[in-house]
Formats: sequence, C-alpha cells, structure tokens
Amino acid sequence: MTQALDQIFVLTKQWLLGFVPASAQPICSAILSVVPVLIGFPLLFAITTWLERKGLGRLQNRYGPNRTGPYGLFQPIADAIKSLTKEDIVPLTADHTVHFLAPVLLAAASFLGYAVLPIGRNMVLVNMNAGVLYFFAVGSVVELAVFMAGWSSRSKYSLLGAMRAIAQMISYEVPLVLASIVAIMQAGSLSTVAIVDKQAGYTGIWPHWFVFTPWGVVGFALFMIAATAESNRSPFDLPEGESEIIAGYYIEYSGFKFALFFLGEYLGMFATSGMAITLFLGGWSAPFSFLTWIPSYVWFFAKLLALIAGFIWIRGTLPRLRMDQLMSLAWEFILPMALLNMLDAGIWHFMPAGVLRWLVCTAIVAVPCVLLGQGLKRNKKFQVRTYQFAK
Amino acid sequence: MVGEGILKGLVETARNFFGSYVGKDRLTTVQYPEERLPQIEAARSFPFLVYDGPDWDKGMRCVACQICEKECPPKCILIKKSADKKPDAVGKPQFYPAVFNIDISVCMSCQICVEVCPFDAIKMDVDYDLSTDDRFGDLLLDKERLAKSNEYYNAIHPTEAAAVDAHFAEERAKAEAKAKAATEAKAAAEAKVAPAAQEQPVGGETQ
Amino acid sequence: MTVTFLILAVITVAGTAAAMGLRNAVHCVLALTVGFAGVAAIYLQLDAQFVGLTQIMVYVGAVAILAVFAIMMTHTPLPAKPPTYSSFWLLGSVVAAAVFAVLAWAICSSAASTQGLPPEPEVSVQQIGDALMHQFVLPLEIMGLLLTAALIGAVVIAMDRREETK
Repeated sequence: MTQALDQIFVLTKQWLLGFVPASAQPICSAILSVVPVLIGFPLLFAITTWLERKGLGRLQNRYGPNRTGPYGLFQPIADAIKSLTKEDIVPLTADHTVHFLAPVLLAAASFLGYAVLPIGRNMVLVNMNAGVLYFFAVGSVVELAVFMAGWSSRSKYSLLGAMRAIAQMISYEVPLVLASIVAIMQAGSLSTVAIVDKQAGYTGIWPHWFVFTPWGVVGFALFMIAATAESNRSPFDLPEGESEIIAGYYIEYSGFKFALFFLGEYLGMFATSGMAITLFLGGWSAPFSFLTWIPSYVWFFAKLLALIAGFIWIRGTLPRLRMDQLMSLAWEFILPMALLNMLDAGIWHFMPAGVLRWLVCTAIVAVPCVLLGQGLKRNKKFQVRTYQFAK
Repeated sequence: MVGEGILKGLVETARNFFGSYVGKDRLTTVQYPEERLPQIEAARSFPFLVYDGPDWDKGMRCVACQICEKECPPKCILIKKSADKKPDAVGKPQFYPAVFNIDISVCMSCQICVEVCPFDAIKMDVDYDLSTDDRFGDLLLDKERLAKSNEYYNAIHPTEAAAVDAHFAEERAKAEAKAKAATEAKAAAEAKVAPAAQEQPVGGETQ
Repeated sequence: MTVTFLILAVITVAGTAAAMGLRNAVHCVLALTVGFAGVAAIYLQLDAQFVGLTQIMVYVGAVAILAVFAIMMTHTPLPAKPPTYSSFWLLGSVVAAAVFAVLAWAICSSAASTQGLPPEPEVSVQQIGDALMHQFVLPLEIMGLLLTAALIGAVVIAMDRREETK
C-alpha cells in the first residue's frame, strides 16, 4: 500500500502508456512526464506569491492580502487576470524582436532545470549522466535572457539593472558551483539520482544527508547564500531595487510579459532550492527512518516549502546590500570558504570515521569562518567615496 | 562573530510573525472600508462652498469675486458672474456665481483659494471617498455638488467654523447697529427738516 | 543523417550566418549564441553530454555575455546605415573557399571517414575525469597554471589603475 502510494504517479503513467501504440510511446512518455512539471511548478508559483505576501505581512505586523476570497486565497487568480488583461506596452525605440524573445527565453530556461531534479523515488524527467552540470549550464542561459531584456528596452534603468544582474549572477555562479562540488565529490557522480541514492540510508533513525557533516552544513549555507543572489532575491535584489532603479531589467515590460519575468524568477528560485535539497538535504528521502511510509514526493515538496519559507523570512528581515558589499561578500568570504570546504570534504573522505574526523573537519571550516568574518568586519572604512569616472 | 546581527534580525521578525497572530494590538493596519481612523480636524481634501440657511442656492456665501479663480495655481476653478444681485450673508446685495466649477482631478489641495477668500465662502472638505468610474464627469464638481451647509462645516472643522461664525455675527451686529442708527437718524432728520433728510439715508447705505 | 540532426544543423548554420550578416552588433552576438547552442545540441545528440553541456556553460553562459558586455562598453548601439562591404570581399571569399576545400579534402581523405563508423563508445563524465586526472594530468596542471597567471595579471592591472587615479 505504502509502495503503491509512493509510486502512484509512476504507475499511473505506465497505465496510461498502455493505451497508446508502441511507436508513439516514447513521445507520449515524454509528454506525460513533462506536462505535470509544467503545470505543477507554476501552480506552486501561484501559491508562493500568496504565501509570500501573507508571510511578509505578518513578519512586518500587517495582515497581507485578505480581500479576495477566504484569507485572500484567490489573490493569485486576481493577479493573473489583471496581468493577462493589461495592455502590453512595447517602448517605441525598443528592439521589438529581442524585447519579445527575452521573457520567453527566460521562462523556458527556468523550466529546463527541472529536467534533472528528482522529485520523488523514480520520479525524474531525465536521469542524466551529467545532471548537475546540465543544471548549471541551463542556469547560465538566464543571464543571456536578462541581458536581452535589459538591452532591448532602450531604457537606462533596464540597462543598469541588466548589468547589475549579470555582474551579480556571474560572481555568484562561481561559489554556487564550488559549494555544490563537495556533494558531487562525496557521491562520486554528477547524476542527481545517484547523489540522492547516496544519501538514502539511515543510521538508527538518522538519515545520511550531506548536511549532517561539517562540510555539508557549510556547503549548504554557502549554496543557499549563492542561490539567493542567483535568483535576485532580497537582500541581494540590487538588479531590481525598486527604490533605485525601479524594477531593473524588466521595467519596460507590462502585462503578461511582466508576469513571465516574475514566473521565471520564482521558477529559478524553486529550481535552485530543489537542487539544494537534492545535493544536501537528501532529495526525496524522509528525515527519520520511521517516517519513510510518507510518499517521497511529499517529502520533496515539504522540504521545498520549508526552503521557500526561509527565503521569505530572509526577505522580510534583511535590508538590501550595497554593490561593493555584495562583491566583497562573494570574493572575500564565500569563495575562500567554498574552496576550503572542498579541502575539508577531501579530508573527510580520507580520514577514518570517528570523533577525531568530526573535530578536525569542524575546525578546518569553523576557524577560517570566524577569521574571514572578522576580516569582513575590519575592512569597513567610513570615508568620503571617490568615483573613478564621475568627476 | 559573523552573522550575529542577521540572527538577531531573524529572531525579531519571527517574533513579529507569531506575535501578530496572538496579539491583535501588534497589527497597526486599519481595515479601511469597515474601520476608519478618527477624523483629524486639520485634515483637508478638496474645496467646497459654504451656504447659510436651508436653501443652498439662496444662502451661498460666494459673491463671485473671482479672487480664488485667479489665485488657483493649477487653474482648476471656473466662475461665471451673475448679471443680477441678491443679498449676501450680511444682507448687502451682491453678485452671485452663475457657474462655479472645480475640477478635483486637477486640484492639488493647496488651500490657497481658502486663504484668499474674503467672504469665508470656500472651505476645505475632508471627504476622501471620491473614487468614481467616470473620470471626466464625476470629478468635475458643479455649484450644486460643491455647496455644503454651514452645519456641515461646523461638524468637520468646529474651531475654525466657530471663529468664522463669530466673525459673521459681529459683522451682522455691526450692520444691524448701523442700519438701526441710520433709521434712527432718518427718523430724526424727517422729524426735523424734510428737505435736508434727502441725502442721509443714501450716505448711510453706502458706508 | 537523421531529421533531428538536420534541424539542428540548419539552426546552427542559420545562426552563424546571421551572426555575420546582421547589421546590429548585439543582434550578431545573439545570433552567434544560437549557433553555439546549436553546436551544443549536436554534441548532446551524439551522446557527448559533458562536451555539450560545457559548450553551453562556457560559450552561451560566458563567451556570449563577455562579447555583449564588450559591445555595450565600447559604443552606443546605433543601427549602421548602409551595408558595409569590404573592398576585399572577392579575395576573402576565395580564401574562404580555399580553406573549406582544404578542410573537406582532409576530412574526406582521412582514415576515419573511409573506415565507416566505429561502434559508439559509452563515454561518461567519470571516464573524462579519469583521463584528465591520470593520463592528461600534466597538460591540465599547465593549463591551470596559465589561467591562474592570467587571472593574477588581470588583478594586477586593475589594481595599478586604481592607485594611479588616487
């Protein structure tokens, strides 16, 4: 019974495939796998917008949306109707083709990452040999879409926003990949399915998740910081800072194209969160051995929602960083920590298991963390700023 | 320790999150259409015209002097002077506005019209529920829609209105006293010499 | 030659041709990116996952962005007025045709093309890693050293400039 419930989607798909002729089965199989993802995650996006507005409201002692439907639950529907019926404005001097293509490319690229995320046991679209590499490769296409949006609008704000966004994404892609390397090293594979399988066992009731090791917890923290920056979320939302460059690269977009940008941004956030779950939080596996009767996909989405809640909490708490703070955090703290963390994971791999391994590996990451943190604090010089090009 | 401040902030917002579900006093939001904040006396939205007595058309204080029309910075007031005269609040015959329009989609609530009005005829309203689905017709207020009674003015700006009323009462008393003096003088003059009394009532009236 | 290959080949060739033909420099870069992506898709279609994905990551994610940044920094993108043809276009096309002929001849006369296709090897990322770390470790290290030197050089240049302006 538990087994059947766990595999219900896989079994349903196979049952449905029985009705189509053998020659059409590969294409039907692909459609049956892809369509739920294409529906499910945008639905999650709709729910998240409501959760975010409610959550942010409560974090700031407000009510949040409470007019449309019970507890404002129909707010996403109202938003969708509004954005669909709004006038689609294209600036007169804009590059029309590129202006149109940018949101399409962004949304498409954001969807591509889901191909390698194991949502549940046996529930992955493509079990790719180089799954993690694929994920980061399609993630880098987003930068191009952002540039296209910013450049084609012919507006200084959108161009500034695009340049900020690209600079930020490139800077944080390095720590993002370096932070994920520790999990790849330990699993010995780039395949997401293999990485999840590696974490599936239990010692007593405790799972073998990578986050429960010194290098794992540091890797997870660095990955989440870099993921926040990659998805342009607060406190790293400089590319779209409302108070300075209004909305950044998508300022000249309205109506459904604007909604597509929003969708792409949230899908990117879900995808990187899903990757963090896959790499460090054991993918779809249950947190305790006695909870394995709950279906695997439930665990995946529970973890995803927990991470989203974390994102919202962070957004409701921290103010926006300045550009130089953003860069110094990336290059002076996160990057050295990620490199050290790789060394730590290697040492962990070769030391015999025991308390000594724990102590040594914790010390290797904890001491530099404190030292680098002090370095970040000490380097604060308050002085009149001089600008190289604006004199 | 690095990240200490971040943790402190996170604890604070978490306290807000759970506290706002427990203690209603944390929530500062006023649920607008159902609840409203108490009106502040100094509040102002758009101008309106004050009238005395029961009939808005007869009791209109405005004498169509057009000072407000000239002073209005965004030029949102349109006044057309009447051809005939009728008695004003004090009792003098005055012109009255045949047309008095204010386009509140242009008005910027600067209150200059109120400052310059010598007759205390135009005052600031406090009504803010002015949204409408006809942005041309419904936001151009004509004389009838602008006219509001002195009682209403007393209700929304009590201190100010009391001062205005006191001022008017004084004026009226003065005018009455003058009229009385004039009639008495007239009577005395009539009693004395009939031909010499011809000029006096005229002089008394024009003062 | 399958239908998928034909489609990808047409996309790749069209993209690269547009990169040469379009007037707006940013359009050229975007068209070139389509060409890069087409090549990556062909790699993926040949089951060379690592090469294909690295192609996307490096060329689409980095090289195209770099080119785009360079164009944005150097000039304002105004549409060029008349199509500019080099006066050496005849010579150029002759050289291009000659290069194409030599390459085609080299490919056609090589041993690999006459033998027929070898059985498709199963290349995993693991094998590539093994090869890089064992057989080709020295070239890899030299490459790493070179890139590090380039990186340090870039940093030094940037730092020098900063001190001059102070």
